Amino acid sequence: MKTLNEMKPGSEGRIKRLSVRDKLGQRLVDMGVYPGLRLKVIRNAPLEDPMEVELDGYFVSLRHDEARFVEVE
Amino acid sequence: MKSDKILIALAGQPNCGKSTVFNALTGASQYVANYPGVTVDKMTGRYKHNGTRVEVVDLPGTYSLTSYSPEERVSRDFILHEKPSVAVNVMDASNLKRCLYLTFQLLEMEIPVVLNLNMMDVVKKCGIDIDVNKLAKRLGIQVVPTTMKSGRGKKDLLDTIGAVAASQKPAQAIRIDYGEMELFLREIVDRLSSETALATTYSQRWMTIKLMEGDGEVKRLIREKHPDADKFLGLIEKARADFEARYDEIPEMHIANRRYQAADDIARSCLKLPAGAKRPLSDRIDSFVCHRFLGPVILVGVIWLLYYLSIVQGYNITNYTWPFLAKLRSLTEALTPNPGFIEVPLIRSFALWLVDSVNALLNYIPIFFILFGLIAILEDSGYMPRMAFIMDRLFSRFGLHGQSTLPMVLGGIYVGGCAVPGVMSCKGIPDERSRLATILIIPMLNCLAKVPLYVLLINIYFAAHKAWAMFFISTISMLLVLPVSKILTLTVLKDKETAPFVMEMPPYHIPTIRGVLGRAAERVWLFVRKITTIVVAVAVIIFVLLQFPGISDQRMAHYNAQKDKATGAFFKKIKGTPYADQLRGDNLMALIIYWNDYKSAKMGTKGKEAMAALNAKFEGRNPVFFKIAQPGKDKIAKKVNRAFKKLFKARKRLLREMRKERIDNSFLGRLGKWLEPATRYAGFNWRVNVALLSAFAAKESSVATLGALYEQEEEGEALEQRMAKGEAGFTPLHALALMLFMVLYPPCLATSIAVKLQSGSVKWMLFSMAYPMVLGVVLATLVFSGGSALELSGLQVMFAFYGLALALTVFMGFLKSKSEYA
Repeated sequence: MKTLNEMKPGSEGRIKRLSVRDKLGQRLVDMGVYPGLRLKVIRNAPLEDPMEVELDGYFVSLRHDEARFVEVE
Repeated sequence: MKSDKILIALAGQPNCGKSTVFNALTGASQYVANYPGVTVDKMTGRYKHNGTRVEVVDLPGTYSLTSYSPEERVSRDFILHEKPSVAVNVMDASNLKRCLYLTFQLLEMEIPVVLNLNMMDVVKKCGIDIDVNKLAKRLGIQVVPTTMKSGRGKKDLLDTIGAVAASQKPAQAIRIDYGEMELFLREIVDRLSSETALATTYSQRWMTIKLMEGDGEVKRLIREKHPDADKFLGLIEKARADFEARYDEIPEMHIANRRYQAADDIARSCLKLPAGAKRPLSDRIDSFVCHRFLGPVILVGVIWLLYYLSIVQGYNITNYTWPFLAKLRSLTEALTPNPGFIEVPLIRSFALWLVDSVNALLNYIPIFFILFGLIAILEDSGYMPRMAFIMDRLFSRFGLHGQSTLPMVLGGIYVGGCAVPGVMSCKGIPDERSRLATILIIPMLNCLAKVPLYVLLINIYFAAHKAWAMFFISTISMLLVLPVSKILTLTVLKDKETAPFVMEMPPYHIPTIRGVLGRAAERVWLFVRKITTIVVAVAVIIFVLLQFPGISDQRMAHYNAQKDKATGAFFKKIKGTPYADQLRGDNLMALIIYWNDYKSAKMGTKGKEAMAALNAKFEGRNPVFFKIAQPGKDKIAKKVNRAFKKLFKARKRLLREMRKERIDNSFLGRLGKWLEPATRYAGFNWRVNVALLSAFAAKESSVATLGALYEQEEEGEALEQRMAKGEAGFTPLHALALMLFMVLYPPCLATSIAVKLQSGSVKWMLFSMAYPMVLGVVLATLVFSGGSALELSGLQVMFAFYGLALALTVFMGFLKSKSEYA
């Protein structure tokens, strides 16, 4: 099982599942990170963390510690 | 029924141009307040349309309406409890699909919604085609396209709001089908309506959906209003668990998913996207702005520009604005009773003190105006999230946040910031814990007003190592701030609410001049209004502490005798001259005032012609006095001139001695002496204590008070020399301890008020004042007593301290805090 934090810049995938609920889970879906959507990792920050991803023409940045709950395929 | 006053709310996601709509609707009639209990701004404005007065509340921009963040909670509570006649859902039309996610949530609350498709110009430019009529039909609500930036569509929007507010029948808005969950929802709705009276106040379906989402606030409401809340909430938990077990999907995820599906479905039927969309411009810009090497370089450049334009150029502007403030002071001087030879009327010194205190702050207005304007540009352009993106890794290790970058830059990362705008710009940090940590550490950065004391001490005690000492003091604050912030995060702030970092990287925008200037003016006004009033109040208190109980009668008699001696000597010298008679009685005092006026007028005059005009003016005012002031070749006048100069100097000395005695005697002076046994170990004697105590009003005061405490023996002697003489026992070690204490000095008055505003509590304000004081005394004591015990020089201790602070910072940075999420 692959998670978003393991993906390298430039790679693409499809969100399979979010394995977190409550505050972070809700925030992720509210920001447009929800199962079924395709995403592309755009870049890591100059100090590696956080990362920026593109979802459906929309750009979101998140910490790797948060990205590890996004399962991708 | 048509009422003459209605309430409407503006709701929308961040970066949708909502504030442009708000400005366009309400113009200049806006005001800011706080929502009760939180530090979220409540923007209210008014307009009149067809005879109806409309009050507009601009809700904070949110992506959703859950109860996880204060912004979402206040938006939701406002709609639930204030029940606006219309909620105008402003959206970035080029981002329709994502924005509908919020629209559905507004509609579920069963209030009349008008959808405002804003930024239609962007839509057109991108080649997107929106079928507005079809969209309105599918959503079942009114849809108004606008380009508010240029005012297009404004009339339409106003008419539609008016019509919807006046209409009696509720719109048949779209209802999201939650699929498999509908069965569960129906059961809960039935129970809700039969078991409670909540249905009369809130939408049942909305409450039910929120309960299925596990919403904490709605659960709390149930606990308050439901006769058997435990049993009811138990059933809800069971329903959530059942749903998850049966469909292998977390209920709130299912709900969000169905909303996105509905949005996708509607967008598909109403939108025509151009074929082969190219890579967005913002992303191409970001490949530079967020680049591994270029990104930090650009960031440093932006910070430098911010400093340069506001602090350096703003300071230059104060040269032009200061004369106005100086005029205010001379006006006060003119309006209050004149001083006597040695008696200064209390009302006069009080009025001047007040004007000086307020002027000291007002003098910063040009700097603040530029600063706030630049911040508005950074905010509107979309650079702020990039700043946070670049710096988050570094700051988050110390309990801060990527968005702490700007506040820290403003507070003075190197030297020369100001804590007031620094603290005020903490508002945007979504994470409460990091926000409080940032607010608490900003006063420890090197603000502009701390610099004079550093320069004074370095010039006296580290004269041979100025560059090192300046480097030390400029960078040490950062090495103290980071570990302290980490420690605060691990202790007092441990249980504060946190928020996920997840953040939109919005497209870049070119800020509008109106928006930038408007925001800068609004924030300067807020500063003036909130801070100046309180500064006045505390200035009064400090005045009393410094003036009373004053000089005893016995000492006053002594000073009067001195005065008689000086005037006696003067008249003896000028005896026999025609001037002697003309200076009897009140005339002597009149000459002193004339002399003062002439001197200060001369100071502000440049050029031969202007000087001649000035002389003519003063000659006209009093030809006899002028002769004394400008004796020319007249021998007798020259003699009087010399004698008078001596008298003038004697008076000055007496006034200074009296001022010093008054401070010595004052409550503040006594406090300084009373504290001496405790501060002795930090190397502070009572004079230093008094200077430090007076710095609370404004940090510049520390040097001014020292100036008053160290007597001037010869004309023009610099404070450096006076202090070196006055404190013969002082060593560089004393100075080092004092400088470190100044770094950690509690926030000044204006900053304390800003802390109170931004943290929303007096408790945090008091804490922000107390903890640096304790820390400062402890560190200064360690440095001074430790250094003395080990017989180290000031410079050696400085290097040792720097090394320790650096080591501590690195250690704290590596001290891994547990992941927020198990």
